[in-house]
Amino acid sequence: MRSKVGFALMLGVVAAVLMPARAAFAYIAFVTNEKDNSVSVIDTDKLEVIKTFKVGQRPRGLVLSKDAKWLIICTSDENLIQVYDTKTYKLVKTLPSGPDPELLTLHPSGNPLYVANENDNLVTVVDINSGKIITDIPVGVEPEGMGMSPDGKVLVNTSETTNMAHFIDTKTHKAFDNVLVDSRPRIARFNHAGTQLWVSSEVGGTVTVINPKDRKIIGKIHFEIPGITKEAIQPVGVQISKDDKIAFVALGPANRVAVVDTATLKVMKYLLVGQRVWHMAFTPDYKLLLTANGTSNDVSVIDVPRLKVIKSITVGRYPWGVVVAPF
Amino acid sequence: MAAGVRAASSHHGRNFATARFGLALMMLVTPVVAGAAPALAQETPAVEKPAAAKPAAEKPATGAAESADTSANDTAKKPLVIPIVLARQLRDEPLPLSLLDLPPPDLGIAGAELAVKDNNTTGKFMNEKFTLDVIKEANPDKLIKDVVQKVDAGDHFILADVAPDTLLKMADTLANKDALIINYGAPDDRLRQEDCRADVVHTAPSRAMLADALAQYLIWKKWNKWFLVLGPQEKDKLYADALKRAAKRFGAKIVEERKFDYKPGSRRADGGYEQVQKQIPSFTQSAPDYDVLVVADEGNLFGDYLPYRTWDPRPVAGTAGLVAESWHPAIELWGGTQFQNRFKLMADRNMRPLDYNAWLGARMIGEAAFRTKSNKYKDMVAFMKSPKFELAGFKGVGLSLRDWDGQMRQPVLVAAPKLLVSVSPQPGFLHQSTVLDTLGFDKPETKCKAYKQ
Repeated sequence: MRSKVGFALMLGVVAAVLMPARAAFAYIAFVTNEKDNSVSVIDTDKLEVIKTFKVGQRPRGLVLSKDAKWLIICTSDENLIQVYDTKTYKLVKTLPSGPDPELLTLHPSGNPLYVANENDNLVTVVDINSGKIITDIPVGVEPEGMGMSPDGKVLVNTSETTNMAHFIDTKTHKAFDNVLVDSRPRIARFNHAGTQLWVSSEVGGTVTVINPKDRKIIGKIHFEIPGITKEAIQPVGVQISKDDKIAFVALGPANRVAVVDTATLKVMKYLLVGQRVWHMAFTPDYKLLLTANGTSNDVSVIDVPRLKVIKSITVGRYPWGVVVAPF
Repeated sequence: MAAGVRAASSHHGRNFATARFGLALMMLVTPVVAGAAPALAQETPAVEKPAAAKPAAEKPATGAAESADTSANDTAKKPLVIPIVLARQLRDEPLPLSLLDLPPPDLGIAGAELAVKDNNTTGKFMNEKFTLDVIKEANPDKLIKDVVQKVDAGDHFILADVAPDTLLKMADTLANKDALIINYGAPDDRLRQEDCRADVVHTAPSRAMLADALAQYLIWKKWNKWFLVLGPQEKDKLYADALKRAAKRFGAKIVEERKFDYKPGSRRADGGYEQVQKQIPSFTQSAPDYDVLVVADEGNLFGDYLPYRTWDPRPVAGTAGLVAESWHPAIELWGGTQFQNRFKLMADRNMRPLDYNAWLGARMIGEAAFRTKSNKYKDMVAFMKSPKFELAGFKGVGLSLRDWDGQMRQPVLVAAPKLLVSVSPQPGFLHQSTVLDTLGFDKPETKCKAYKQ
């Protein structure tokens, strides 16, 4: 590849001169292209695709291993999980899952991996080192969203047709509470302090904020955008800023990301991004937020401090999910 | 097509088997490793079958604090039971032309069964349990009598796939009882209009909705001149009427109307195409200039003869060729793939519109029970008819009931035999409250008096 030092140096100069708000180090973002069976690799400083590599059939949810050496991808139509080397982009191994894995999350300790299997109402727990299934946890119909509490004690799974957030004890692997939310919950996301759990409801058009301690609903966020029909507002991806003050909610075919004040649960602003925006990821310094826009085949880049969309990067067809590696 | 589908589903089944085998192996290992193993080992057999197939005997998940002594609570926490009756009037109808269209014996019923399984998976967490009682009967009076018996025994919810007159008679017989009929079979507009009943709701789209959905797409395509061909059956005339209404509403013109007098007999003979190949071109000859032939043949008794055989090279739409329907076995939008897979795994065939309509009906009941946390008729029906009610039906938007006639508003698929072509409402057809109400009879057009407005 190229000299890291020289590059970083050059970068520092560019950043200082042109874009003081931007990251001073290049990170690498990985975007799954659902229709192309590929992953686009983006240099987050140049903001361009530097490589595209082929993966298994219908890549969707993806996470990085704790040491960022592995890129772990649900290849849904192969009913398994593929692990790629984040430097060489070579397939390292495959991990088992149930049928049609969609979203996954890692325990904060780095292992195990929790996978939502939409086809058989189970969350599968996989040891990523041994590649063995530890257990399956029965949940509602069409499990999807996977939220991990910062302390790793609670996993929250959302089930799209059951319309619930299932609170699962990661020690006993049992659901200990279930909270009904609006139709078709897609994502569960804890804030960094572990004091709020955000659950997006795609068909309900709302986000429910739950107190993880007593599982009581703190509030519900509704979205209204002039000129956009109520039906087109379909919240999916949720990301919360490093200081827990601002949440970003991707609104699907409304082609916008809502910026929400986490204290008042009021929408501060809507950012226009690409079409059918679903999943999002911050750069490790939390200065940029990348959004995967399914039907416009691009990734929008949001400057987080300025709350502005600064660029759109063309990737493969039907970009689904995105993660950013700290190198 | 059918063969391909079957092959795909058995392939899927194999994957499943392998996964399960791995799981079973795993289970042998786990007891040694994990602390919670004994409990796990007992519960894991449930994994062997899709979760929904599990008997409701499985313990409902409860709070962490309670989970230690659930066994003590088992008798105290009996689940609320919500029985559902499915009434199907067996009718003697000629078989459709295509081998692919032959009705499976569990048509519609399988959709209700899947919804009850889905409901029971959620019910485990809500301590609610759903049952399905299927009554199949040819004699309408006997069918109604059996349904009344169920209602008198305490059942409240009836999924109905019956002839329009049977539906009305059933509704009138049950008028003073706590019973809601969910019509998932009959598309007749009169059941939503002048003959509407207060305790009847409809998950089946009306003919007007189907025709409007098709018309919007044809208009979007700028195929404005239609050649209408209708069959001899009463329901063909009704569908043709809906097409005429849609043409008027959205600005298409019917330039020619012809009746296809078809004497239904055996649906096939050895050979058979030779005569059709001559018959259809001559039947469609000398029509004024038109963009699309629209056919009204709800029984699929001759419509499928039309594509590729018309005198002029024109597309065919209506009940054959490009059709508007509530569901399609190849739709994968909005998470539909998982839904299709779940159905295929259970019923060993593709999901058809009638299955989908029945699924919606039984899921409505589930949704009402979960949201109200009740199995009481009044609570549940009040919720279904309230603005709070919303059902996710794999159509990208929430589905709800129109408060002027009890019709479920929903997007309608416009599809070719193998793939989806579009989804209506089409862009540009606007409405002051929801674009879904551009399909079918809107509030200002309603003739329904039984629904208070």
